[in-house]
Amino acid sequence: MEVKLLSEHYHHDDFREISGYQKRGGYEALKMALKKKPQEIIDEVKNSGLRGRGGAGFPTGIKWGFLPKNGEPRYLLCNADEGEPGTFKDRVILERAPHQLIEGMIISAFAIGSHKSYIYIRGEYVKSRKILEKAIKEAYAQGFLGENILGSGFKHDLDVYSGAGAYICGEETALISSLEGKKGQPTLKPPFPAIEGYLQKPTIINNVESLASVTLISRIGSQAYRKYGTEKSPGTKLFSVSGNVCKPGTYEVPLGYPLMDLINVECGGLRTGRSLKAVIPGGSSAPVLTAEEAQKAFLTYESMAELKTMLGSGAVIVIDDSNCMVDLLHVLTHFYHHESCGQCTPCREGTGWLNKLCGTLMSGQGRLQDIELMDQVARNMMGRTICALSDAAAGPVISFVSKFRSEFEFFVREGRSKIKGGPHAQMHH
Amino acid sequence: MFRLSKKGLEFVQSEMKRYETKRSAIIPALYCAQNENDGWISQDVIAHLSEVMELPASQIHEVFEFYTMFNKRPVGKNHVQVCCNISCAMNGGRELADHILKEFSVNENEVTSDGKLSVSRVECLGSCGTAPMMQVNDDYYENLTPERAVEILKDL
Repeated sequence: MEVKLLSEHYHHDDFREISGYQKRGGYEALKMALKKKPQEIIDEVKNSGLRGRGGAGFPTGIKWGFLPKNGEPRYLLCNADEGEPGTFKDRVILERAPHQLIEGMIISAFAIGSHKSYIYIRGEYVKSRKILEKAIKEAYAQGFLGENILGSGFKHDLDVYSGAGAYICGEETALISSLEGKKGQPTLKPPFPAIEGYLQKPTIINNVESLASVTLISRIGSQAYRKYGTEKSPGTKLFSVSGNVCKPGTYEVPLGYPLMDLINVECGGLRTGRSLKAVIPGGSSAPVLTAEEAQKAFLTYESMAELKTMLGSGAVIVIDDSNCMVDLLHVLTHFYHHESCGQCTPCREGTGWLNKLCGTLMSGQGRLQDIELMDQVARNMMGRTICALSDAAAGPVISFVSKFRSEFEFFVREGRSKIKGGPHAQMHH
Repeated sequence: MFRLSKKGLEFVQSEMKRYETKRSAIIPALYCAQNENDGWISQDVIAHLSEVMELPASQIHEVFEFYTMFNKRPVGKNHVQVCCNISCAMNGGRELADHILKEFSVNENEVTSDGKLSVSRVECLGSCGTAPMMQVNDDYYENLTPERAVEILKDL
Protein backbone atom coordinates (compact mmCIF):
# COMPACT_ATOMS: atom_id res chain seq x y z
CA MET A 1 0.00 0.00 0.00
CA GLU A 2 1.11 3.50 -0.67
CA VAL A 3 2.52 5.35 2.34
CA LYS A 4 2.72 9.04 1.62
CA LEU A 5 5.30 10.50 3.97
CA LEU A 6 7.24 12.58 1.48
CA SER A 7 4.37 13.07 -0.93
CA GLU A 8 1.61 13.59 1.65
CA HIS A 9 0.61 16.99 0.26
CA TYR A 10 1.68 16.68 -3.37
CA HIS A 11 -1.92 16.61 -4.56
CA HIS A 12 -2.55 20.14 -3.25
CA ASP A 13 -1.87 22.61 -6.04
CA ASP A 14 -0.93 25.36 -3.61
CA PHE A 15 1.76 23.17 -1.96
CA ARG A 16 4.21 24.55 -4.51
CA GLU A 17 3.64 28.05 -3.18
CA ILE A 18 5.22 29.17 0.05
CA SER A 19 1.87 30.02 1.70
CA GLY A 20 0.43 26.59 0.91
CA TYR A 21 3.66 24.94 1.99
CA GLN A 22 3.85 26.78 5.32
CA LYS A 23 0.17 26.19 5.97
CA ARG A 24 1.05 22.48 6.08
CA GLY A 25 4.02 22.79 8.39
CA GLY A 26 6.60 23.84 5.83
CA TYR A 27 9.87 25.42 7.08
CA GLU A 28 9.13 24.32 10.67
CA ALA A 29 11.83 21.65 10.32
CA LEU A 30 14.28 24.37 9.27
CA LYS A 31 13.44 26.48 12.29
CA MET A 32 14.10 23.50 14.55
CA ALA A 33 17.27 22.53 12.70
CA LEU A 34 18.84 25.97 13.01
CA LYS A 35 18.64 25.64 16.80
CA LYS A 36 20.62 22.41 16.74
CA LYS A 37 24.31 21.73 16.34
CA PRO A 38 25.20 20.82 12.73
CA GLN A 39 26.62 17.50 13.92
CA GLU A 40 23.25 16.57 15.45
CA ILE A 41 21.61 16.94 12.04
CA ILE A 42 24.31 14.88 10.37
CA ASP A 43 23.84 12.19 13.04
CA GLU A 44 20.07 12.25 12.56
CA VAL A 45 20.44 11.72 8.80
CA LYS A 46 23.05 8.99 9.42
CA ASN A 47 20.72 7.29 11.91
CA SER A 48 17.82 7.44 9.48
CA GLY A 49 19.84 5.25 7.13
CA LEU A 50 18.68 7.37 4.16
CA ARG A 51 20.36 6.10 1.01
CA GLY A 52 20.99 8.27 -2.03
CA ARG A 53 17.87 8.27 -4.16
CA GLY A 54 19.57 9.14 -7.44
CA GLY A 55 20.59 5.59 -8.23
CA ALA A 56 23.76 4.58 -6.42
CA GLY A 57 22.06 4.19 -3.03
CA PHE A 58 25.04 5.44 -1.03
CA PRO A 59 24.08 6.50 2.52
CA THR A 60 23.59 10.27 2.53
CA GLY A 61 24.83 10.92 6.07
CA ILE A 62 28.00 8.92 5.48
CA LYS A 63 28.66 10.87 2.28
CA TRP A 64 28.44 14.10 4.28
CA GLY A 65 30.91 12.64 6.78
CA PHE A 66 33.64 12.53 4.10
CA LEU A 67 33.93 16.32 4.10
CA PRO A 68 37.12 17.69 5.64
CA LYS A 69 36.60 19.13 9.10
CA ASN A 70 38.79 22.19 8.54
CA GLY A 71 36.12 24.79 7.83
CA GLU A 72 37.28 25.24 4.24
CA PRO A 73 34.53 26.71 1.98
CA ARG A 74 32.33 23.95 0.59
CA TYR A 75 29.47 23.61 -1.85
CA LEU A 76 26.22 21.71 -1.83
CA LEU A 77 24.92 20.68 -5.25
CA CYS A 78 21.51 19.21 -5.88
CA ASN A 79 21.46 16.76 -8.74
CA ALA A 80 18.24 17.46 -10.65
CA ASP A 81 19.64 16.16 -13.92
CA GLU A 82 17.05 13.41 -14.00
CA GLY A 83 17.75 11.46 -17.16
CA GLU A 84 17.86 7.73 -16.48
CA PRO A 85 15.27 6.32 -18.89
CA GLY A 86 12.17 5.40 -16.92
CA THR A 87 12.75 8.00 -14.20
CA PHE A 88 10.41 10.94 -13.65
CA LYS A 89 9.97 11.14 -9.88
CA ASP A 90 12.29 14.11 -9.30
CA ARG A 91 10.23 16.14 -11.73
CA VAL A 92 7.22 15.51 -9.46
CA ILE A 93 9.12 16.93 -6.47
CA LEU A 94 10.43 19.89 -8.46
CA GLU A 95 7.00 20.80 -9.79
CA ARG A 96 4.78 19.90 -6.84
CA ALA A 97 7.00 20.47 -3.82
CA PRO A 98 9.85 22.84 -4.65
CA HIS A 99 9.91 24.21 -1.10
CA GLN A 100 10.38 20.74 0.37
CA LEU A 101 13.56 20.49 -1.70
CA ILE A 102 14.69 24.02 -0.84
CA GLU A 103 14.06 23.46 2.87
CA GLY A 104 16.00 20.19 2.74
CA MET A 105 18.86 21.95 1.01
CA ILE A 106 19.05 24.73 3.60
CA ILE A 107 19.01 22.17 6.44
CA SER A 108 21.66 20.08 4.68
CA ALA A 109 23.78 23.15 3.95
CA PHE A 110 23.59 24.18 7.61
CA ALA A 111 24.61 20.65 8.65
CA ILE A 112 27.67 20.57 6.41
CA GLY A 113 28.54 24.26 6.80
CA SER A 114 28.00 25.37 3.21
CA HIS A 115 27.12 28.91 2.25
CA LYS A 116 26.40 28.32 -1.41
CA SER A 117 24.41 25.70 -3.23
CA TYR A 118 23.18 25.07 -6.74
CA ILE A 119 20.37 23.00 -8.12
CA TYR A 120 21.67 21.58 -11.38
CA ILE A 121 18.56 20.87 -13.40
CA ARG A 122 18.35 19.20 -16.79
CA GLY A 123 17.86 21.70 -19.60
CA GLU A 124 14.61 20.20 -20.84
CA TYR A 125 12.87 20.82 -17.48
CA VAL A 126 12.02 24.43 -18.36
CA LYS A 127 8.69 24.37 -16.54
CA SER A 128 10.24 22.82 -13.41
CA ARG A 129 12.95 25.46 -13.44
CA LYS A 130 10.42 28.28 -13.56
CA ILE A 131 8.51 26.82 -10.60
CA LEU A 132 11.76 26.36 -8.72
CA GLU A 133 12.97 29.90 -9.40
CA LYS A 134 9.71 31.33 -8.15
CA ALA A 135 9.96 29.22 -5.00
CA ILE A 136 13.55 30.33 -4.37
CA LYS A 137 12.47 33.96 -4.65
CA GLU A 138 9.70 33.33 -2.13
CA ALA A 139 12.16 31.65 0.26
CA TYR A 140 14.50 34.67 0.05
CA ALA A 141 11.59 37.04 0.68
CA GLN A 142 10.66 35.13 3.84
CA GLY A 143 14.23 35.18 5.15
CA PHE A 144 14.84 31.44 4.71
CA LEU A 145 17.71 32.17 2.35
CA GLY A 146 20.34 34.90 2.33
CA GLU A 147 22.12 36.56 5.26
CA ASN A 148 21.45 35.61 8.88
CA ILE A 149 18.66 33.10 8.21
CA LEU A 150 15.90 33.48 10.84
CA GLY A 151 18.33 35.26 13.12
CA SER A 152 20.58 32.20 13.41
CA GLY A 153 23.65 33.90 12.01
CA PHE A 154 23.76 31.24 9.28
CA LYS A 155 24.09 32.54 5.73
CA HIS A 156 23.18 30.60 2.63
CA ASP A 157 22.63 31.40 -1.04
CA LEU A 158 20.93 29.06 -3.47
CA ASP A 159 20.78 29.30 -7.23
CA VAL A 160 19.62 27.17 -10.16
CA TYR A 161 21.73 26.13 -13.12
CA SER A 162 20.39 24.48 -16.26
CA GLY A 163 22.20 21.77 -18.14
CA ALA A 164 21.75 21.49 -21.87
CA GLY A 165 20.95 17.91 -22.75
CA ALA A 166 23.52 15.32 -21.70
CA TYR A 167 22.64 12.18 -19.72
CA ILE A 168 26.21 11.93 -18.47
CA CYS A 169 25.84 15.14 -16.44
CA GLY A 170 23.87 13.15 -13.88
CA GLU A 171 27.22 11.55 -12.96
CA GLU A 172 28.51 13.71 -10.15
CA THR A 173 31.94 14.61 -11.48
CA ALA A 174 30.44 15.32 -14.92
CA LEU A 175 27.85 17.52 -13.25
CA ILE A 176 30.68 19.49 -11.66
CA SER A 177 32.50 19.88 -15.00
CA SER A 178 29.28 21.08 -16.58
CA LEU A 179 28.56 23.56 -13.81
CA GLU A 180 32.08 24.92 -14.22
CA GLY A 181 31.24 25.72 -17.83
CA LYS A 182 33.14 22.87 -19.43
CA LYS A 183 32.12 19.80 -21.40
CA GLY A 184 30.23 17.53 -19.05
CA GLN A 185 32.89 14.85 -18.86
CA PRO A 186 33.46 12.80 -15.70
CA THR A 187 36.80 12.97 -13.93
CA LEU A 188 38.73 10.24 -12.14
CA LYS A 189 37.90 9.43 -8.52
CA PRO A 190 39.78 9.89 -6.24
CA PRO A 191 39.82 12.71 -5.52
CA PHE A 192 36.16 12.37 -4.52
CA PRO A 193 34.05 15.52 -4.74
CA ALA A 194 33.75 15.65 -0.94
CA ILE A 195 37.49 16.39 -0.87
CA GLU A 196 37.96 18.15 -4.19
CA GLY A 197 34.84 18.99 -6.20
CA TYR A 198 33.32 22.13 -7.67
CA LEU A 199 36.15 24.64 -8.27
CA GLN A 200 38.45 22.20 -6.44
CA LYS A 201 36.55 22.84 -3.21
CA PRO A 202 34.89 20.17 -1.05
CA THR A 203 31.50 19.45 -2.56
CA ILE A 204 28.49 17.34 -1.66
CA ILE A 205 26.15 16.26 -4.44
CA ASN A 206 22.79 14.83 -3.48
CA ASN A 207 19.76 13.84 -5.51
CA VAL A 208 16.50 15.84 -5.39
CA GLU A 209 14.58 13.12 -3.56
CA SER A 210 17.41 12.60 -1.04
CA LEU A 211 17.42 16.30 -0.15
CA ALA A 212 13.63 16.46 0.04
CA SER A 213 13.82 13.45 2.37
CA VAL A 214 16.16 15.41 4.66
CA THR A 215 13.24 17.79 5.27
CA LEU A 216 11.01 14.84 6.14
CA ILE A 217 13.60 13.21 8.43
CA SER A 218 14.30 16.51 10.18
CA ARG A 219 10.59 16.91 10.79
CA ILE A 220 9.63 13.44 12.01
CA GLY A 221 13.00 12.17 13.26
CA SER A 222 15.06 9.19 12.20
CA GLN A 223 13.19 6.73 14.42
CA ALA A 224 9.81 7.50 12.89
CA TYR A 225 11.39 7.31 9.44
CA ARG A 226 12.85 3.91 10.23
CA LYS A 227 9.43 2.53 11.11
CA TYR A 228 9.12 2.04 7.38
CA GLY A 229 11.38 0.01 5.18
CA THR A 230 13.93 -2.61 6.14
CA GLU A 231 17.12 -2.55 8.21
CA LYS A 232 19.30 -1.98 5.16
CA SER A 233 16.77 0.04 3.16
CA PRO A 234 14.95 2.29 5.62
CA GLY A 235 12.09 4.64 4.85
CA THR A 236 9.83 5.14 1.89
CA LYS A 237 10.79 5.91 -1.69
CA LEU A 238 9.17 7.35 -4.79
CA PHE A 239 8.91 4.89 -7.65
CA SER A 240 8.34 5.93 -11.25
CA VAL A 241 6.43 3.19 -12.99
CA SER A 242 6.12 3.17 -16.76
CA GLY A 243 5.70 0.80 -19.66
CA ASN A 244 2.81 -1.62 -19.98
CA VAL A 245 0.75 -0.99 -16.85
CA CYS A 246 -2.77 0.38 -16.62
CA LYS A 247 -1.88 3.24 -14.30
CA PRO A 248 1.69 4.40 -14.81
CA GLY A 249 2.89 7.16 -12.52
CA THR A 250 4.86 8.05 -9.40
CA TYR A 251 4.03 6.12 -6.24
CA GLU A 252 5.51 6.35 -2.75
CA VAL A 253 5.75 3.01 -1.00
CA PRO A 254 7.80 1.74 1.94
CA LEU A 255 11.01 0.04 0.90
CA GLY A 256 10.57 -3.70 1.25
CA TYR A 257 7.26 -3.62 -0.61
CA PRO A 258 6.88 -6.47 -3.14
CA LEU A 259 7.61 -5.39 -6.69
CA MET A 260 4.57 -7.26 -7.99
CA ASP A 261 2.26 -5.48 -5.54
CA LEU A 262 3.45 -2.15 -6.87
CA ILE A 263 2.65 -3.34 -10.39
CA ASN A 264 -0.66 -5.04 -9.62
CA VAL A 265 -2.10 -2.98 -6.78
CA GLU A 266 -0.86 0.58 -7.27
CA CYS A 267 -0.52 0.46 -11.04
CA GLY A 268 -3.62 -1.60 -11.77
CA GLY A 269 -1.70 -4.46 -13.36
CA LEU A 270 -1.24 -5.13 -17.04
CA ARG A 271 -3.76 -4.56 -19.80
CA THR A 272 -6.39 -7.24 -20.30
CA GLY A 273 -5.11 -10.26 -22.14
CA ARG A 274 -1.47 -9.43 -21.64
CA SER A 275 1.01 -11.29 -19.49
CA LEU A 276 4.18 -10.10 -17.87
CA LYS A 277 7.40 -10.81 -19.72
CA ALA A 278 10.03 -8.75 -17.93
CA VAL A 279 10.66 -5.86 -15.55
CA ILE A 280 13.53 -3.40 -15.51
CA PRO A 281 13.44 -2.51 -11.82
CA GLY A 282 15.69 0.52 -11.44
CA GLY A 283 16.01 2.54 -14.62
CA SER A 284 17.40 1.44 -17.98
CA SER A 285 20.85 0.69 -16.56
CA ALA A 286 19.51 -1.97 -14.22
CA PRO A 287 19.76 -5.53 -15.55
CA VAL A 288 16.35 -6.84 -16.60
CA LEU A 289 14.36 -9.34 -14.50
CA THR A 290 12.28 -12.12 -16.03
CA ALA A 291 8.62 -12.36 -14.99
CA GLU A 292 9.56 -15.26 -12.73
CA GLU A 293 12.33 -13.30 -11.01
CA ALA A 294 10.03 -10.31 -10.62
CA GLN A 295 7.67 -12.45 -8.47
CA LYS A 296 10.48 -12.84 -5.93
CA ALA A 297 11.64 -9.25 -5.94
CA PHE A 298 11.18 -6.77 -3.12
CA LEU A 299 11.77 -3.07 -3.46
CA THR A 300 14.98 -2.91 -1.44
CA TYR A 301 18.59 -2.35 -2.35
CA GLU A 302 19.46 -5.79 -0.95
CA SER A 303 16.71 -7.79 -2.67
CA MET A 304 17.64 -6.29 -6.03
CA ALA A 305 21.33 -7.00 -5.40
CA GLU A 306 20.47 -10.63 -4.66
CA LEU A 307 18.74 -10.81 -8.03
CA LYS A 308 21.89 -9.27 -9.57
CA THR A 309 20.18 -6.04 -10.51
CA MET A 310 19.65 -2.64 -8.90
CA LEU A 311 16.97 -0.60 -7.22
CA GLY A 312 18.68 2.36 -8.89
CA SER A 313 16.54 5.46 -9.18
CA GLY A 314 13.35 3.48 -8.52
CA ALA A 315 12.29 3.54 -12.15
CA VAL A 316 10.26 0.42 -12.78
CA ILE A 317 9.73 -0.34 -16.47
CA VAL A 318 7.10 -3.03 -16.94
CA ILE A 319 7.32 -5.07 -20.14
CA ASP A 320 4.45 -7.27 -21.33
CA ASP A 321 4.46 -10.11 -23.85
CA SER A 322 3.70 -7.84 -26.82
CA ASN A 323 7.28 -6.56 -26.80
CA CYS A 324 10.25 -7.87 -28.73
CA MET A 325 13.30 -7.93 -26.45
CA VAL A 326 15.72 -7.51 -29.37
CA ASP A 327 13.89 -4.37 -30.37
CA LEU A 328 13.86 -2.96 -26.83
CA LEU A 329 17.55 -3.71 -26.35
CA HIS A 330 18.28 -1.88 -29.58
CA VAL A 331 16.49 1.18 -28.18
CA LEU A 332 18.79 1.00 -25.15
CA THR A 333 22.03 0.37 -27.06
CA HIS A 334 21.18 3.38 -29.22
CA PHE A 335 20.71 5.47 -26.10
CA TYR A 336 24.03 4.55 -24.47
CA HIS A 337 25.91 5.00 -27.72
CA HIS A 338 24.37 8.46 -28.06
CA GLU A 339 25.17 9.41 -24.47
CA SER A 340 28.71 8.07 -24.11
CA CYS A 341 30.91 11.13 -23.57
CA GLY A 342 33.67 9.54 -25.63
CA GLN A 343 36.54 9.91 -23.18
CA CYS A 344 37.22 6.25 -22.48
CA THR A 345 37.85 3.85 -25.34
CA PRO A 346 35.97 0.82 -23.93
CA CYS A 347 32.82 2.91 -23.56
CA ARG A 348 33.09 5.02 -26.71
CA GLU A 349 33.87 2.04 -28.95
CA GLY A 350 31.93 -0.53 -26.94
CA THR A 351 28.62 1.33 -26.96
CA GLY A 352 29.05 1.87 -30.70
CA TRP A 353 29.71 -1.82 -31.31
CA LEU A 354 26.82 -2.94 -29.16
CA ASN A 355 24.45 -0.66 -31.03
CA LYS A 356 25.81 -1.75 -34.38
CA LEU A 357 25.57 -5.45 -33.50
CA CYS A 358 22.06 -5.10 -32.20
CA GLY A 359 21.14 -3.17 -35.34
CA THR A 360 22.61 -5.93 -37.46
CA LEU A 361 20.39 -8.47 -35.71
CA MET A 362 17.40 -6.20 -36.27
CA SER A 363 18.27 -5.89 -39.97
CA GLY A 364 18.07 -9.65 -40.38
CA GLN A 365 21.76 -9.82 -41.33
CA GLY A 366 22.93 -11.08 -37.95
CA ARG A 367 24.78 -14.32 -37.33
CA LEU A 368 24.49 -16.51 -34.25
CA GLN A 369 28.04 -15.62 -33.24
CA ASP A 370 27.04 -11.94 -33.17
CA ILE A 371 24.92 -12.71 -30.11
CA GLU A 372 28.01 -14.15 -28.44
CA LEU A 373 30.04 -11.18 -29.57
CA MET A 374 27.59 -8.73 -28.00
CA ASP A 375 27.92 -10.52 -24.70
CA GLN A 376 31.73 -10.49 -24.96
CA VAL A 377 31.94 -6.83 -25.92
CA ALA A 378 29.66 -5.94 -23.01
CA ARG A 379 31.76 -7.92 -20.52
CA ASN A 380 34.91 -6.21 -21.73
CA MET A 381 33.37 -2.79 -21.09
CA MET A 382 32.88 -3.39 -17.39
CA GLY A 383 35.12 -1.88 -14.72
CA ARG A 384 37.52 -0.30 -17.21
CA THR A 385 36.38 3.29 -17.46
CA ILE A 386 36.34 6.57 -15.53
CA CYS A 387 32.63 6.48 -14.75
CA ALA A 388 29.79 3.98 -14.56
CA LEU A 389 28.16 4.68 -17.94
CA SER A 390 30.09 1.89 -19.60
CA ASP A 391 28.94 -0.64 -17.01
CA ALA A 392 25.42 0.79 -17.25
CA ALA A 393 25.42 0.13 -20.99
CA ALA A 394 26.78 -3.38 -20.58
CA GLY A 395 24.33 -4.53 -17.87
CA PRO A 396 21.20 -4.48 -20.02
CA VAL A 397 22.97 -6.24 -22.90
CA ILE A 398 24.28 -9.09 -20.79
CA SER A 399 20.95 -9.60 -19.04
CA PHE A 400 18.75 -9.29 -22.15
CA VAL A 401 20.92 -11.66 -24.15
CA SER A 402 21.24 -14.29 -21.44
CA LYS A 403 17.63 -14.22 -20.22
CA PHE A 404 15.87 -13.86 -23.56
CA ARG A 405 18.36 -15.66 -25.77
CA SER A 406 15.72 -17.51 -27.77
CA GLU A 407 14.33 -14.22 -29.07
CA PHE A 408 17.76 -13.16 -30.29
CA GLU A 409 18.38 -16.53 -31.94
CA PHE A 410 14.96 -16.47 -33.57
CA PHE A 411 15.74 -13.09 -35.13
CA VAL A 412 18.95 -14.50 -36.61
CA ARG A 413 17.31 -17.64 -37.97
CA GLU A 414 14.07 -16.15 -39.26
CA GLY A 415 15.02 -12.53 -39.94
CA ARG A 416 12.05 -11.35 -37.95
CA SER A 417 10.86 -11.01 -34.42
CA LYS A 418 9.64 -14.00 -32.46
CA ILE A 419 6.84 -11.75 -31.27
CA LYS A 420 3.66 -11.69 -33.30
CA GLY A 421 3.25 -8.23 -34.72
CA GLY A 422 6.81 -7.40 -33.62
CA PRO A 423 9.33 -5.74 -35.88
CA HIS A 424 10.40 -7.35 -39.12
CA ALA A 425 13.94 -7.11 -40.34
CA GLN A 426 14.39 -3.42 -41.01
CA MET A 427 16.51 -0.54 -40.01
CA HIS A 428 15.03 1.65 -37.37
CA HIS A 429 16.41 4.78 -35.75
CA MET B 1 27.00 38.55 -38.72
CA PHE B 2 25.15 37.61 -35.55
CA ARG B 3 24.98 40.11 -32.72
CA LEU B 4 23.08 39.79 -29.45
CA SER B 5 20.22 42.23 -28.94
CA LYS B 6 20.66 44.89 -26.25
CA LYS B 7 18.54 42.80 -23.91
CA GLY B 8 20.48 39.65 -24.78
CA LEU B 9 23.77 41.37 -24.17
CA GLU B 10 22.62 42.62 -20.78
CA PHE B 11 21.50 39.11 -19.90
CA VAL B 12 24.84 37.57 -20.85
CA GLN B 13 26.74 40.23 -18.93
CA SER B 14 24.67 39.62 -15.81
CA GLU B 15 25.11 35.84 -16.13
CA MET B 16 28.88 36.41 -16.30
CA LYS B 17 28.72 37.89 -12.83
CA ARG B 18 26.10 35.48 -11.47
CA TYR B 19 28.26 32.38 -10.99
CA GLU B 20 31.63 31.80 -9.35
CA THR B 21 33.35 31.66 -12.73
CA LYS B 22 32.69 33.52 -15.94
CA ARG B 23 32.93 30.27 -17.83
CA SER B 24 29.73 29.01 -16.18
CA ALA B 25 27.89 31.66 -18.16
CA ILE B 26 28.64 29.87 -21.45
CA ILE B 27 25.57 27.59 -21.29
CA PRO B 28 23.14 30.42 -20.44
CA ALA B 29 24.78 32.60 -23.11
CA LEU B 30 24.38 29.89 -25.74
CA TYR B 31 20.70 29.47 -24.82
CA CYS B 32 20.16 33.20 -25.15
CA ALA B 33 21.99 33.46 -28.46
CA GLN B 34 20.17 30.41 -29.82
CA ASN B 35 16.84 32.08 -29.05
CA GLU B 36 17.92 35.17 -30.91
CA ASN B 37 19.31 33.24 -33.86
CA ASP B 38 16.22 31.33 -35.04
CA GLY B 39 16.89 28.42 -32.73
CA TRP B 40 20.39 27.38 -33.69
CA ILE B 41 24.05 28.16 -33.14
CA SER B 42 26.17 29.11 -36.13
CA GLN B 43 29.91 29.70 -36.11
CA ASP B 44 29.47 33.47 -36.06
CA VAL B 45 27.34 33.13 -32.92
CA ILE B 46 30.32 31.48 -31.25
CA ALA B 47 32.68 34.16 -32.54
CA HIS B 48 30.40 36.89 -31.21
CA LEU B 49 30.00 35.25 -27.79
CA SER B 50 33.75 34.79 -27.59
CA GLU B 51 34.19 38.52 -28.12
CA VAL B 52 31.44 39.57 -25.73
CA MET B 53 32.49 37.17 -22.97
CA GLU B 54 36.22 37.58 -23.55
CA LEU B 55 36.66 33.82 -23.57
CA PRO B 56 38.48 31.73 -26.19
CA ALA B 57 36.12 30.59 -28.96
CA SER B 58 37.38 27.04 -28.33
CA GLN B 59 35.88 27.05 -24.83
CA ILE B 60 32.51 28.11 -26.16
CA HIS B 61 32.74 25.68 -29.03
CA GLU B 62 33.44 22.68 -26.79
CA VAL B 63 30.30 23.42 -24.77
CA PHE B 64 28.22 24.01 -27.89
CA GLU B 65 29.33 20.70 -29.38
CA PHE B 66 28.88 18.62 -26.26
CA TYR B 67 25.22 19.31 -25.46
CA THR B 68 22.31 18.15 -27.58
CA MET B 69 20.09 21.13 -26.80
CA PHE B 70 22.30 23.45 -28.81
CA ASN B 71 21.16 22.98 -32.36
CA LYS B 72 23.85 22.45 -34.94
CA ARG B 73 21.62 23.49 -37.83
CA PRO B 74 18.50 25.62 -38.37
CA VAL B 75 15.28 24.41 -36.78
CA GLY B 76 11.68 25.37 -37.39
CA LYS B 77 9.80 28.04 -35.48
CA ASN B 78 8.31 25.09 -33.64
CA HIS B 79 10.97 22.53 -32.93
CA VAL B 80 9.36 19.19 -32.08
CA GLN B 81 11.26 16.57 -30.12
CA VAL B 82 9.66 13.15 -29.87
CA CYS B 83 10.99 10.80 -27.21
CA CYS B 84 11.74 7.36 -28.62
CA ASN B 85 13.42 5.87 -25.57
CA ILE B 86 12.19 2.69 -23.96
CA SER B 87 8.93 3.58 -22.20
CA CYS B 88 7.85 5.84 -25.04
CA ALA B 89 8.89 3.24 -27.63
CA MET B 90 6.69 0.70 -25.84
CA ASN B 91 3.76 3.10 -26.03
CA GLY B 92 4.01 4.23 -29.63
CA GLY B 93 6.61 7.02 -29.48
CA ARG B 94 8.36 5.89 -32.64
CA GLU B 95 5.11 5.62 -34.55
CA LEU B 96 4.23 9.08 -33.26
CA ALA B 97 7.45 10.50 -34.71
CA ASP B 98 6.85 8.73 -38.03
CA HIS B 99 3.29 10.02 -38.20
CA ILE B 100 4.28 13.64 -37.57
CA LEU B 101 7.08 13.48 -40.16
CA LYS B 102 4.70 12.04 -42.72
CA GLU B 103 1.85 14.41 -41.96
CA PHE B 104 4.06 17.49 -42.39
CA SER B 105 6.04 15.96 -45.28
CA VAL B 106 9.39 16.64 -43.72
CA ASN B 107 12.49 14.57 -43.01
CA GLU B 108 13.89 14.23 -39.53
CA ASN B 109 16.12 17.19 -38.56
CA GLU B 110 15.01 19.24 -41.56
CA VAL B 111 12.69 22.23 -41.62
CA THR B 112 9.37 22.45 -43.46
CA SER B 113 9.44 24.77 -46.47
CA ASP B 114 7.39 27.40 -44.61
CA GLY B 115 10.00 27.37 -41.83
CA LYS B 116 7.41 26.53 -39.22
CA LEU B 117 8.33 23.04 -38.12
CA SER B 118 11.21 20.67 -37.55
CA VAL B 119 11.14 17.26 -35.92
CA SER B 120 13.78 15.22 -34.09
CA ARG B 121 13.65 11.87 -32.39
CA VAL B 122 15.28 12.25 -28.99
CA GLU B 123 16.25 10.30 -25.88
CA CYS B 124 14.37 10.18 -22.56
CA LEU B 125 12.77 13.47 -21.51
CA GLY B 126 11.58 12.26 -18.09
CA SER B 127 7.98 11.84 -19.10
CA CYS B 128 7.87 8.04 -19.14
CA GLY B 129 4.65 7.72 -17.13
CA THR B 130 2.78 9.83 -19.65
CA ALA B 131 4.12 8.21 -22.82
CA PRO B 132 4.12 8.87 -25.67
CA MET B 133 5.06 12.51 -25.55
CA MET B 134 6.67 15.33 -27.45
CA GLN B 135 8.39 18.54 -26.49
CA VAL B 136 7.63 21.58 -28.65
CA ASN B 137 10.18 24.30 -27.93
CA ASP B 138 9.92 24.56 -24.10
CA ASP B 139 6.61 22.79 -23.59
CA TYR B 140 5.78 19.14 -22.91
CA TYR B 141 2.72 17.48 -24.48
CA GLU B 142 1.96 14.12 -22.91
CA ASN B 143 -0.31 11.07 -23.29
CA LEU B 144 -0.50 11.69 -27.04
CA THR B 145 -2.06 9.87 -29.93
CA PRO B 146 -0.64 10.54 -33.40
CA GLU B 147 -3.84 12.38 -34.36
CA ARG B 148 -3.84 14.53 -31.23
CA ALA B 149 -0.18 15.46 -31.77
CA VAL B 150 -0.84 16.62 -35.32
CA GLU B 151 -3.84 18.63 -34.14
CA ILE B 152 -1.70 20.35 -31.52
CA LEU B 153 1.02 21.13 -34.03
CA LYS B 154 -1.43 22.52 -36.57
CA ASP B 155 -2.94 24.81 -33.93
CA LEU B 156 0.39 26.31 -32.88
